[in-house]
Amino acid sequence: MEHFQRRLLTIVTEAALERELLAEFDALGVRGYTITDARGKGGRGRRQSEWAQQGNIRIEIVCDAPLAERVAARLRERYYDHYAMILFLQDVSVLRPDKF
Amino acid sequence: MPTLDPVIWFFVLGIVAGAARADLRLPASIYDFVSTLLLLAIGLKGGVELARGDGGLPLAELGGVLLLGFLLPLPVFAVARHLGGLGRADAASFAAHYGSVSVGTYAVVVAYLSTRGIAFEGRAPVWVVLLEVPAIVAGILLARGLSGEIAWGRLLRELFLGRSVVLLLGGLAIGWAAGPGGTASIQPLFFDLFKGILALFLLEMGLIAAAQLPTLRRHGPFIVAFGLLAPPAFAVAGALLGRALGLSPGGMTVLATLAASASYIAAPAAIRTAVPEANPALPLTASLAITFPFNIIVGIPLYERLAAALAG
Repeated sequence: MEHFQRRLLTIVTEAALERELLAEFDALGVRGYTITDARGKGGRGRRQSEWAQQGNIRIEIVCDAPLAERVAARLRERYYDHYAMILFLQDVSVLRPDKF
Repeated sequence: MPTLDPVIWFFVLGIVAGAARADLRLPASIYDFVSTLLLLAIGLKGGVELARGDGGLPLAELGGVLLLGFLLPLPVFAVARHLGGLGRADAASFAAHYGSVSVGTYAVVVAYLSTRGIAFEGRAPVWVVLLEVPAIVAGILLARGLSGEIAWGRLLRELFLGRSVVLLLGGLAIGWAAGPGGTASIQPLFFDLFKGILALFLLEMGLIAAAQLPTLRRHGPFIVAFGLLAPPAFAVAGALLGRALGLSPGGMTVLATLAASASYIAAPAAIRTAVPEANPALPLTASLAITFPFNIIVGIPLYERLAAALAG
């Protein structure tokens, strides 16, 4: 079976940002994403998910490398200073390249 | 031991369990469900009272309550800036939180008055809606000024279509349209179980308040002092406005409690995106860990006495 290389961009950030980020993704041309509730601990303290207000979300986007870089650059520029946010990139293999 | 309403003890249980790091956590969906039920029940109850012929909302009352919402943030901003030594963004964030209201506190004052058989205006849920939004707008203006690049259209849409506004007004409309007879079939869930639902809500609120304690230790004195002193001062303003508007003693108590309460849902969410440089933990901790407990345990009985005294 043929595999195709794509990038997986994972973002962990504040649930309060969800709507704003989705608007950013649309503007940047992201075609799909998956969002899950998350909890954990980081530079800005422990974040619990039982209360949406203070919860975290994890967003996963599979796309081509240039788009992943554009999204990462935009988030770094716009949100890193004031929000709890981390993001990381990984190489992944997909079976249907037209989907991502 | 003071005769606290049992629902308040659930709050205390939540705080103690949370502070002791007990293995107690309600799933987020339960909190959502319980708060949805509370908001709808509060709206329905008001709607049914309105249908009984409680009368509409006088224009003076609409204007007076809206004005209160816009004015309360100003002293908060000044105090936070000059006495608290906070920066402009943080002071404005405090102003938005303390000018706006807490529906949880409203639910407790409703339960308190109902238990004592004290009547209040059926349109009271409308005051909650009128007081929730203006202070948040005022807070953002204090932080950004008129020229700031705020997407007001989207922001206002989110505020007015927020869960609490939609459920309160929706419940009010349904209660009003259905009337006392029409709501009989949903009475068991929304009215008979009200205090049980409130107890669960307060248990969760206690856990959430306890989760703020570490921040409290870090940013101590100003938060504690402000969280304790602002509510009684604002309650006096709310009660006086209620008296000027000719409200019943119960209505004055409700308006005083609303003025004394601080937002922990609508304001934090709006300020987080509109004023990102403000530290979200400061006003949220004051609101949840100090003001909310103060109001539901000590404040509401005081405000009720204040209203009774003002009513003569």
